This record gives sequence, C-alpha cells and structure tokens, in this order.
Amino acid sequence: MEIKKTSLNKLHQDCQAKFVEFAGYEMPIQYSKGVIEEHKFTRSHAGIFDVSHMGQLFIYGNENLTSDLEKIFPLDLKNLQQNYSKYSFLMNEEAGIYDDLIITKLEDGYLIILNAACKEKDFEILNNILSKKYKMELSNDRALVAIQGPKAVEILNKTINGVKNLTFMSGDWFDYNGQKLFVTRSGYTGEDGFEISILNDLAEEFTKSLIKKGAELIGLGARDTLRLEAGLCLYGHELDLNKTPVEANLKWAISKERLSNGGFVGSNKIINQIKDGAKQIRVGIKPEGRLIAREKTKIFNESELPIGEITSGTFGPSINGPIAMGYVDKEFSKIDTKILLEVRGKKHPANICKLPFYKKSYVKGVN
Amino acid sequence: MSEVKFSKEHEWITLAGDVATIGITQHATEMLGDIVFAELPEKGSNVEKDGTAGVVESTKAASDVYTPVSGEVVDINKVIVDDPAKINEDPEGAGWFFKLKIKDISELDSLMNKEEYDKFAKESSS
Repeated sequence: MEIKKTSLNKLHQDCQAKFVEFAGYEMPIQYSKGVIEEHKFTRSHAGIFDVSHMGQLFIYGNENLTSDLEKIFPLDLKNLQQNYSKYSFLMNEEAGIYDDLIITKLEDGYLIILNAACKEKDFEILNNILSKKYKMELSNDRALVAIQGPKAVEILNKTINGVKNLTFMSGDWFDYNGQKLFVTRSGYTGEDGFEISILNDLAEEFTKSLIKKGAELIGLGARDTLRLEAGLCLYGHELDLNKTPVEANLKWAISKERLSNGGFVGSNKIINQIKDGAKQIRVGIKPEGRLIAREKTKIFNESELPIGEITSGTFGPSINGPIAMGYVDKEFSKIDTKILLEVRGKKHPANICKLPFYKKSYVKGVN
Repeated sequence: MSEVKFSKEHEWITLAGDVATIGITQHATEMLGDIVFAELPEKGSNVEKDGTAGVVESTKAASDVYTPVSGEVVDINKVIVDDPAKINEDPEGAGWFFKLKIKDISELDSLMNKEEYDKFAKESSS
C-alpha cells in the first residue's frame, strides 16, 4: 500500500524533517533541532504539531443520536453543552479498549477525533452499532493542526481572533480566509493549547502564519516525550483491547451519572471492576539514575517476583531524567513502592510515582 | 597518534602505542539523535572484536556499541555517563567511550580510513 501524506508534507520537507512511517502515513519524527530542543521549545514557547493523520469523524443527527451514542460511550452526553468536548473510549463488551478519543458536541451532531491506526476500524464498529442510521463522515479533506505551549494562545489569537476566549475542552467555528475552521482548546502535551481542524488546501498557509509569529514545527518524537511527561496514555502502548479504562486508571473519564445504571457497551465489566478493583493498574515509574526502561521491560517486586510490565519509557527532557508508565499488580501500585526493572539482563531499582511527571504551574487568564 | 580508522558499526578508533581510544562517529550521532544514556564496559574487563562493549540510548531507542578490536578496558569516559549530551556535542573528541590495551594490531587492518568511511556512511544512509 502506498504511504499516505498529509497536506503539510511539503512544509515538513522544507523544514528538514526526518520522516518515519506511522499508521500508514509519512510523518515527521523530528526536525533539525532534535527531540530535546523541540520538547523544551514547546514547554517554553509554542510547538506546532501536524496531527492530520488522526481521524476526524463527523456524525450527524439529533437527540436520537445522543441517546444512541450513550449506549456506546460512558458519557453523560445529554447534559454536555454544545461545543464542549470529553475524553472517552470505544470499548468492546469486556470493556477492552478499541480506541481512545475526544468527542465534541456540535450543533448538528458530533465530531470524534480518533487515533490514526484505529480510525477505519472505529468507523466500521460505530456504524454497525448505530445500525447505519446516521450520516457518518471520516473526513479526507481536513487537516488537523495542534499548537501547544505557553505562547500558543497569544500566537493563535493573532491569526484567529477570539480563540483566547475558549475554555479548556471546548471549541467553536471561526472564520479564516473565508473558510470555516473548528478550533478546540485541547491537546496532548500537558500544555495549554489548541487543535485546529482546517481544510487541506489552507493548512500549509495557516501553519506558515503560525511559524511567522514565533511557533515552531515539532515532530512525533517530542510529542511522545511531552505526552509521557504529562502522564497521558498512547493507544497501542498503555491502551489496547486487553486493557479496560479502570485498569488504565482512567475512571475519571467515565461520567458518574452513567455508573449507576450502565447501559453502555462494557458497562457490566466496568461497574464490577470499580466495585471489586482491577487486578493490575497503570502507574507512573521513575527508574533510579539515568537508566531508561523501554516498553515490554519486566517489572519485579523487591523479592524479585514478576508484578508487571512497562508500556512506555523514555527520557523526559523537562524532568531531566528517565520516566516510564506501566501496569503492576494492584498491591504494588502505591506511590513510593520500590520495584525492580529488568534491563539487558540486570535488575535495576525504580519507584512507583505520581502522575503526571510534569505539571505546569499555569495561571489561567494571564498571558 | 595514529590515523583515525572506522568500523562498519560506526565506531572510530585511534591508536597511541598499544592503547586504542574508541567512540562513535559524528554520522552515528546524527542517525541516533539526542543521546540521553550511555553504558560503558567495566574497567579491567576484556572485550572481543565486534562484540558488544556498551549501549547508547536516544529518546527513541537503545543501540549497542561494538568494539572494532579486542583488548582489555584500561579507561572509560565517565563524563559521557553523567552527561550523555557530550556525545552529540563532540562525538569524535571529548565524547570518546573507552580505551583498550589492544592484543593484536592486525585487527585494525580491516577497518576503513576516513575517505572510505565517509563513502560507506553516505551509501548506508541513503
């Protein structure tokens, strides 16, 4: 199959991107500055991320659609205000996760942002559960651009006047060169920021206007270190069909209103797990020293008995040290529990620690 | 100090008497990206030609470091263990990895000179 390219591919090339294949797309892993500089620039200024490979699924419908989507997602969609977003999951009956997603209520339906590797399958699953009753559109003509970091609001507001008034996890339509953009205040870096859904034809010019105002393109390499420092899950690593939202420590994303009556796909399993506790749970892990424990690293307790596995591990540039996330047996999930990580045949000391690793002391409303 | 020689695994080596200094090449650091972890062989240990003698890790992945010749490890560069970014800054100078008392000088014969290595690196990355 031919590799797909986003509408910003040429701009990435012009900015000396190193490319990798990701979910069938040619995507920039880094630019000439490298992962660490790009990461720090996002934390101190504003980074631009091409996330056009992600799925933008529009589902059109009225109250019936809201009721039907509540049979799928563990959310109180009836009471979700128009233009507000929620983080959620598409699950099977066993509460295994097909995908994690952001769903936003629109005037005439919903916009769901899906992971690139899952989007086509998600479309089929949703269309089947919804019995093909609603018009669904996995957009091919829109790019998705994120701008993240403390300068994001100032820079973006110069290009799209009014975005500074959006609150976290809400969005709206804005005009840009006579076209409609949908902007949400959200992101996946632990920074304040926005995601902009924009027609392919306008994406390059729009991105260049952000660069001109001081933002810089950031690759997938730094996107990964940023999201890991922020303690955020990545599908295919922390989340998959063998993990439930309770095990992934994402109970906060399940609406309390939905837990009493259930009635969504996977609700029985979720309600039982919340009552009885999950066997394993996702935790933050800090190796001692500089050792990096990668995905699939085995975790042991102090008696050297296996208790779990790492799902993501790297060096955190803002922490200036190694960080990881993984799943451990519940009884070893307490903060400051001493554990051992087996790397290259040797067991190295590490500690269970609080998530996120990096938290911004960010004051809302101050630029 | 002898001419710098290079291996196909992207290590460089110089010889002073019977002590060789070994590190990874500029080209290798460019391929790896930002290095954030380095593990070196133990002082006093013996390493064999083409065997593993260390590890470097970037934010993305871990890679083995091989030794292009056999010998006893007589010194290691602790600076790069404490500050791995030094490897990116000066890979063929201050970012050296370890020194070996070599056993068999003829092991250097099969290694490349600078011109040969530059050509090899260019071809292997394209």
